[in-house]
Amino acid sequence: MPYRPAVLVALLALAAGTFLFRFTGPVLRSRLTFPPQAERLLNTAAIVLLGALVASSALATGHHIGGVARPMGVLVGGVLAYRKVPFLVIVAAAAAVTAVLRLLSVP
Amino acid sequence: MFIIFNMRSIWRTLDRNLLRGIALACLSVGVIGISYGAVCVTSGFPLWFPVLAAALVLAASSEFLFVGMIAAGGSPAAAVLLGLLVNARHLPYGLAMPPRVIQPGWRRIVASHLMNDESVVLALAQPDVPRQRSAYWICGVGMLICWPAGALLGGLAGNVIHDTDAFGLDSMFPAVILALILPALRERGMRRAVLTGAAITLATTPFLPSGLPELLALCAVFLNSAPEKKKKAV
Repeated sequence: MPYRPAVLVALLALAAGTFLFRFTGPVLRSRLTFPPQAERLLNTAAIVLLGALVASSALATGHHIGGVARPMGVLVGGVLAYRKVPFLVIVAAAAAVTAVLRLLSVP
Repeated sequence: MFIIFNMRSIWRTLDRNLLRGIALACLSVGVIGISYGAVCVTSGFPLWFPVLAAALVLAASSEFLFVGMIAAGGSPAAAVLLGLLVNARHLPYGLAMPPRVIQPGWRRIVASHLMNDESVVLALAQPDVPRQRSAYWICGVGMLICWPAGALLGGLAGNVIHDTDAFGLDSMFPAVILALILPALRERGMRRAVLTGAAITLATTPFLPSGLPELLALCAVFLNSAPEKKKKAV
């Protein structure tokens, strides 16, 4: 039985800490005025983080990097996005390619 | 009444195709929520636990990590620290949001809670403030509904569905984010920073705790510090 009162306390701590991370950004952003150069860096930071997230969620499973089906699906989605195909088609195609490859027992 | 009117104007500002895409992204999060709820219940958590966690934390990867560590016998304190490490990226997300997208007052408290990878990337991909705000709220509320609802369904279903990977759902998340950051990558400095950051993340993933490799990618931010020279010449 993994659940005990301490786990609920831990969950609430995680929720509170996560909220603080989420809340601090908008508060700082409204209180301070950043020079354009700094605003540019902040915007870059978000895109860089999202790009890193794409890389790890496409290529890594836990601490292991490998597999073909998922990266291929994401790649097809990326190519379709580059060609300005409708967003819905991009997302559906990515999942479909990965699903079909797995059906053919590609890892 | 005002809220309904307000919502209607929010819907109108976004194009249909993007809305369908958001709906699909929310749906996929709901299905992943089903597997999350099922994993929690089958590893011994009571049904309410994943639902409560989904609504309060609202950040999938940190929750999977949290319940996984607890179920494996890890200490709750360590699970909290690791979860917070994974969620630290929300701080730079908030700093990057233009001030008028997340309005002050009570709305800021709710909007902060709705901050997630998808709502942030959708907002940043929109050309003006009204559309940024619409995208952010619609996607955020969609996730707030779908993620806990999925967890509840999965918890009730138990171990009926455990392999959502078979449907290729795991490639939807990276595809959504990639499609939305692609226009920003047309700028050379941005492309250089993002690619370097992604390389740092992949190189460190095998031996660093989850969450840290993504944060390390921020080292590459300074590769985009100088504005495009082309613009100056024009």
